[in-house]
Amino acid sequence: MAKNKIKEPRYHIVKRTEISASKAWIIRAAALLSALVVCGIVTMVCTGDNPISIFATIFKGAFGTQRKTWITFQYVAILLIISLALTPAFKMQFWNVGGEGQVLMGGLAAAACMITLDGKLPNAVVIILMILTSILAGAVWGVIPALFKAKWNTNETLSTLMMNYIATQLVAYFTIVWEVPKGSGKIGIINQNSNIGWLPNIGNKYLLSILVAVLVTVSMYIYLKYTKHGYEIAVVGESQNTARYVGISVEKVIIRTMLLSGAICGLAGLLLVGGINHTITTTISDGQGFTGVMVSWLAKFNPIGMIFTSLLIIFMDRGASEISTAFELNQSFADILTGIILFFIIGCEFFIRYQINVKKDSGKENA
Amino acid sequence: MFSLVAFIPRAVQQSVPLLLGSTGETITEKSGNLNLGIPGVMYVGAISGVIGSFFYEQSVAGGELNGFLAVFIPLVCSLIGSLLMGLLYCFLTVTLRANQNVTGLAMTTFGIGFGNFFGGSLIKLAGADVPSISLSATSAYFSKTLPFANSTGWIGKLLFSYGFLAYVAIIIALIAAFILKKTRIGLQLRAVGEDPATADAAGIDVTKYKYVSTCLGCMIAGLGGLYYVMDYACGVWSNDAFGDRGWLAIALVIFTIWKPDIGIFSSILFGGLYILYLYLPSGTHTEYKELYKMIPYIVTLVVLVITSMRNQRENQPPKSLGTNYFREER
Repeated sequence: MAKNKIKEPRYHIVKRTEISASKAWIIRAAALLSALVVCGIVTMVCTGDNPISIFATIFKGAFGTQRKTWITFQYVAILLIISLALTPAFKMQFWNVGGEGQVLMGGLAAAACMITLDGKLPNAVVIILMILTSILAGAVWGVIPALFKAKWNTNETLSTLMMNYIATQLVAYFTIVWEVPKGSGKIGIINQNSNIGWLPNIGNKYLLSILVAVLVTVSMYIYLKYTKHGYEIAVVGESQNTARYVGISVEKVIIRTMLLSGAICGLAGLLLVGGINHTITTTISDGQGFTGVMVSWLAKFNPIGMIFTSLLIIFMDRGASEISTAFELNQSFADILTGIILFFIIGCEFFIRYQINVKKDSGKENA
Repeated sequence: MFSLVAFIPRAVQQSVPLLLGSTGETITEKSGNLNLGIPGVMYVGAISGVIGSFFYEQSVAGGELNGFLAVFIPLVCSLIGSLLMGLLYCFLTVTLRANQNVTGLAMTTFGIGFGNFFGGSLIKLAGADVPSISLSATSAYFSKTLPFANSTGWIGKLLFSYGFLAYVAIIIALIAAFILKKTRIGLQLRAVGEDPATADAAGIDVTKYKYVSTCLGCMIAGLGGLYYVMDYACGVWSNDAFGDRGWLAIALVIFTIWKPDIGIFSSILFGGLYILYLYLPSGTHTEYKELYKMIPYIVTLVVLVITSMRNQRENQPPKSLGTNYFREER
């Protein structure tokens, strides 16, 4: 901090030994509140509207009508599945920022089944094949960087990142191969008339993704908390040397966890292509592979906490896009607001982990 | 017809943003900060310059631009914009010790959003009466080539046909390489990146080194964004046009094994790979072009794996890369 030799620092930062859960949540809530205030001010400057109607518009964008509410929850479900997929990797300190590519590959596999098997096999068989291939494709895309990491300790942040772009170009390639009509550069709705490979509607067309998300959340919670695999992931994340010492094969854990991580991303791709959009584009995952990293981290890798963090992100996102539509601004406004909220929440973790002691005049012991 | 004299200048033009980005990131990483926010910083650097020059062109309104101000205003705006991003990153990761990966990704989300938002809404917000952001007058000053570029034949075309920021990029890379390798400041910076606890014990101000190198790195990277929009794109802002160059710049750091002077040549190589798809034959199959566009990423991945396979001591990333330093935590 300040110049130590001349005068003693006026404050002193110490690591908290423990903090009550309620106090931690008060700090987080305060950070979120300040973030919302700053977001309100920024929006006010850009639109000239008053803050109350700004927040009313945000709320209307996310929960204004029954349909909007369903769509919001569907978005939350997809983001939640992707975040949950990344979580076991992060818990073992493997920075999988390749969610984007893994989702795309899952989606590509599903689209491939829908297009090539249309009219050749019965619908049920096509759907089963879609589920298998998209999970497999995601897993393969996730395990390639894991193999490099396990064998040669290749930096996984950069290798997973490169895999994203390779996946994007693969999708771009097949988009042109399968484009309808020729020369449009788009695939359009696949099997619009036969509906082959469209995942079945449960109740309404939004509920399927939400149910899958609930299932994945509960399973991931149990997997991480109560199984041997989950425990091994935690040990590897804390210290690879400790893990080796107690006889855990670190390489095996890395490969196994990334297979799982990629497989669940592939599942998200399946839902996006087979259940929601019924088409594939290079931007179908819309940056959620990256957003998922932050959702997962903000929730401290806790699957239940992720329900709230993904809801928060989607809520702001949908709300901000309502504002940009209402004031004819660019849709990227949502990213700015999301960024502001993230900065505040990232920053507030400091006050949860550390304590600032302001120094009094008389000498306390102070290293 | 493939012509090397036509190909190389285009590759060099592609390489400048990559070179500036990777030089900035190298300096940052040498202090132990893995700044994944560079793509966002480059967007902010670009749009800040655009905003500055947009208002300057508006204020002159049809009249003649002052050549010095036309370059100076966007340059300063761009530097300030990326400096603020750098300070934000340092405040969060160095002072508040937040996770570097998450902070960087949040900065990228924010920065790209910031760029696209102001790029898309600037005209409406400023109440200006123009159909799109097209700063061709300013761009003309940025892309002015050296006077003898056209009179010296192919040599002129290869060496002198670029805007001044291209030469600035090379000079910055050389200076950065010199400082890192040969000076005391460079030695101390590397010490901070390798082992901050030891550096701290030796009396080096770790916080100061991390702040200065990260902020400088961001400012250099921001210039890459400015070059792209003012010179390469002729002053026309279009959303998401800058694309993934920020991520490629980060990958290039590994490709150059943390040496900015090697970066000059490897960025030109990358620039070439980036536009290679335009030159490879694909006949009637336009879809092959999409496969060719994969080449730079596959090459990066291969290099990444090979450097980790060879595992030589001098080719490794700074040891404390990605971790934050807290004096009382040993």
